[in-house]
Amino acid sequence: MSRQFRDRTAFQRGDRSYEFLPFRFEPFQDGVLLVNDVGEHLVLDTNVFRRLLNRELDAESTEYKDLKAKHFIWNGDTPSTLRILATKQRTRRSFLDGFVRLHIFVVSLRCEHSCHYCQVSRVTTNKSQFDMSVETADRALDLVFRSPAKTLKIEFQGGEPLLNFELIRHIVLRAEERAERVGKDIRFVVATNLALIDDDILGFLRDHGMFVSTSLDGPAFIHNKNRPRPENDSHQRAVDGIRRVRDFLGPDAVSALMTTSRLSLDHPIEIVDEYVKHGFDHIFLRPISPYGFAIRTQRHTGYEVDLFIEFYKKALDHIIDLNRQGRAMTEVYAQILLTKILTPFPTGYVDLQSPAGAATGVVVYNYDGDVYASDESRMLAEMGDQSLRLGNIHADSYEDLFGGELARRLVDESVVESLPGCSDCAFQPYCGADPVENYATQGSFEGHRPTSAFHRRNYALIKHLFGLYYSGDTFVQDLLWSWVQNRSPEDLLRRRTA
Amino acid sequence: MRLHSIGRPSSSFDPILGRVTTAPLDDLEARGDHIVLVTEDTLPRFEGDFEGYAGALSPDSPEEDIPSDLPSVWEVGSLDYLGDGDVVQLQPSGTVAVFFRSGSLHNTLLTTERCNSYCLMCSQPPKEKDERHRAADILRAIELIEPWCPAMGLSGGEPTLLGDDFLRIISKFKEFLPLTGLHVLTNGRRFEDRAFAHALGDIRHPDLMLGIPLYSDIDSDHDYVVQARGAFEQTMNGLYNLAEAGVLLEIRVVLHAQTYRRLPRLAQFIAENLPFASHVALMGLEMFGFVHKNFSDLWIDPVDYQPQLTAAIRTLALSGMNVSIYNHQLCTLPEELWPFTCKSISDWKNVYLEECSECGMREFCGGFFHSATKKHSEHIQPLPMPSPAEERQLRHHLNLP
Repeated sequence: MSRQFRDRTAFQRGDRSYEFLPFRFEPFQDGVLLVNDVGEHLVLDTNVFRRLLNRELDAESTEYKDLKAKHFIWNGDTPSTLRILATKQRTRRSFLDGFVRLHIFVVSLRCEHSCHYCQVSRVTTNKSQFDMSVETADRALDLVFRSPAKTLKIEFQGGEPLLNFELIRHIVLRAEERAERVGKDIRFVVATNLALIDDDILGFLRDHGMFVSTSLDGPAFIHNKNRPRPENDSHQRAVDGIRRVRDFLGPDAVSALMTTSRLSLDHPIEIVDEYVKHGFDHIFLRPISPYGFAIRTQRHTGYEVDLFIEFYKKALDHIIDLNRQGRAMTEVYAQILLTKILTPFPTGYVDLQSPAGAATGVVVYNYDGDVYASDESRMLAEMGDQSLRLGNIHADSYEDLFGGELARRLVDESVVESLPGCSDCAFQPYCGADPVENYATQGSFEGHRPTSAFHRRNYALIKHLFGLYYSGDTFVQDLLWSWVQNRSPEDLLRRRTA
Repeated sequence: MRLHSIGRPSSSFDPILGRVTTAPLDDLEARGDHIVLVTEDTLPRFEGDFEGYAGALSPDSPEEDIPSDLPSVWEVGSLDYLGDGDVVQLQPSGTVAVFFRSGSLHNTLLTTERCNSYCLMCSQPPKEKDERHRAADILRAIELIEPWCPAMGLSGGEPTLLGDDFLRIISKFKEFLPLTGLHVLTNGRRFEDRAFAHALGDIRHPDLMLGIPLYSDIDSDHDYVVQARGAFEQTMNGLYNLAEAGVLLEIRVVLHAQTYRRLPRLAQFIAENLPFASHVALMGLEMFGFVHKNFSDLWIDPVDYQPQLTAAIRTLALSGMNVSIYNHQLCTLPEELWPFTCKSISDWKNVYLEECSECGMREFCGGFFHSATKKHSEHIQPLPMPSPAEERQLRHHLNLP
């Protein structure tokens, strides 16, 4: 009556052949790191890798099964594999859903700082010349609400945007009203040096749930040197401002960004400690951007990318040590890269995407109504190169601005799958392209990988993170995952906390 | 606790479902939904008025008061386990089948005994039998179950073999018992049919979860465990179709000698390819059904697979997935895994051994299936009392007061 049970061989495939699914590889530790098209990875012994390529692996071996389950090979038995890969590819690219989500308003070009590496600011009191007008802001809002994205973000930049706070007030009120009418979610961020913050402004930010992004380059001797003010008090003002924003808006309403200058490179530990000192649990170790005044003042702030990589590794080691001592601190760039490496999900970070975030994820409305594909594009324009200007708010339609030739070229020429040097790089699924930086530093959107600082930096950092992840140190592995999840290792692993 | 008893039927009648009552009802129409539980205590309450009730059952001999044409089952033995609100079926053979126990958190409806898989360790081996009335019985039972019932399981066999009737059952639960969380045990293979998966999703049941087993990241290994070629492929497609249709999913893995080796890789596979799963349950073997037949192929002392289980839990937990360990005793697990355990065994199956009487952790331990008294880990031993800090942590994670 009852059926017979069949043994394992009855379910195995007699045919031992297999085909390769698309993957790329890279020497790693003593073996080979394989990464497939959707970012799944596997570390193989060199000998096994050779047998894989010679199609000598036995279908019942552990190596064969590992490679099959990680989607490096298949034998046609499981069409679901292709569906899984397609789903993962769609998921990884879902940052494209909704098109442009981040809309940057340069409400004033004026600033009371005169930072060495600043690309755009003007120290002037001439309001009419460098402030955005209400008319321009309203027209920009029309464009913002043409964007199909369900969730929109408006970021106010400058110059120092608080110098034109009346316009920010106007834009926020308008945008909230329009968002409510069409059922969209809208968030606001002000990028400010906090020097001019007051209770009136703070009250408005609080009432509208706005976030503050500010600069903290490190301890006073670095920060004040990087960010000169006539009174030499930029650091003090930033620190005081951060405290006031937290008191007013809550502990998570303010985040700080650091920019690395030549001076910073010698002080990774002090910079990280400064963030700890001021109660931050996140730090974003950003390289200096190669634009604007930054390019012109190369001799003052410029440095070789390798120095930055060394700086980054030292700072990261220190951050790991701090965590080991019980002080939670996340490095944001590692968090972004690790999310791409360890999960099937994309990040919202527009500067490391394929196609690039310029004009697909972010757009900039300049004070004068000119529209740029990214913040860096308008910085080039301030230096006299208008070639990355998408058009003007008052002269061009939404279709012309976002679907015109320049926007299309930026997309076409920033797909890493087709870029020379990127197309066969193992780290391709984790990386992105920056056509604007390529253009600024190398003269073309495609760029030239062997001499690209962008490439050199990201390649080194991704490889470094793999090295840390596979260092055999469980504490580090737990910590890296905790950054990806934005939860503490104790919480993830349900450990008792002291 | 028993789920059915046998007595002597009064006369021939068609199977009757009803809600047990020990007290008379005034509403004549409502009486049609009720079966009277007749005992020495309850009989006088009815004062001879049995008009309109669906039936009667009793541990005692037939009572003269009760009309001979009322479908009844007598001499059922002890019926102490039954009470008001329970839903039972009187069958012409004299069997009293319990469909629902009021007040229990572990109610399960058996939807079918047929199955399209033939798992090596099946705890409820499939049977081919006449089940024409089963779907209708369940649809009727749903009307009788008290609306505040917090949770209901649907099991099999393979519930989806009911086809459209399966969908009707889910819809009816939504209509009659919208507050009842539904948990369905299915192998997911039928959801390979995208339209079927979407039809389930389109019901928009407010609190539905499908528990679907996956035994390996490798098709042939999974197919071997469920003894069905192509099953892995069907289940994977089913999981993707269900996720697409917005149905909540739980992945269930039974740990035994044929599944533990690749468990760490399976955990990675789940985290990377099924991140939409709401819950992952890693479960110890129940000593039921086919397990006895395939014992030598299946048995491994749980203590011997702790390295694989620990690696799997780490992978899933670090990936941010909600993961639990079911059917394991704390003394067989490393301490770091204790916060992932649940007291998951249904109340009527759950026992402790003699060794457990002195254990300081007993309150936090799920114990054993009754069936495990025959075979269990060699390493069962009393543990010391937890420290106050350990105790706080365990109470928190195990949802104990």
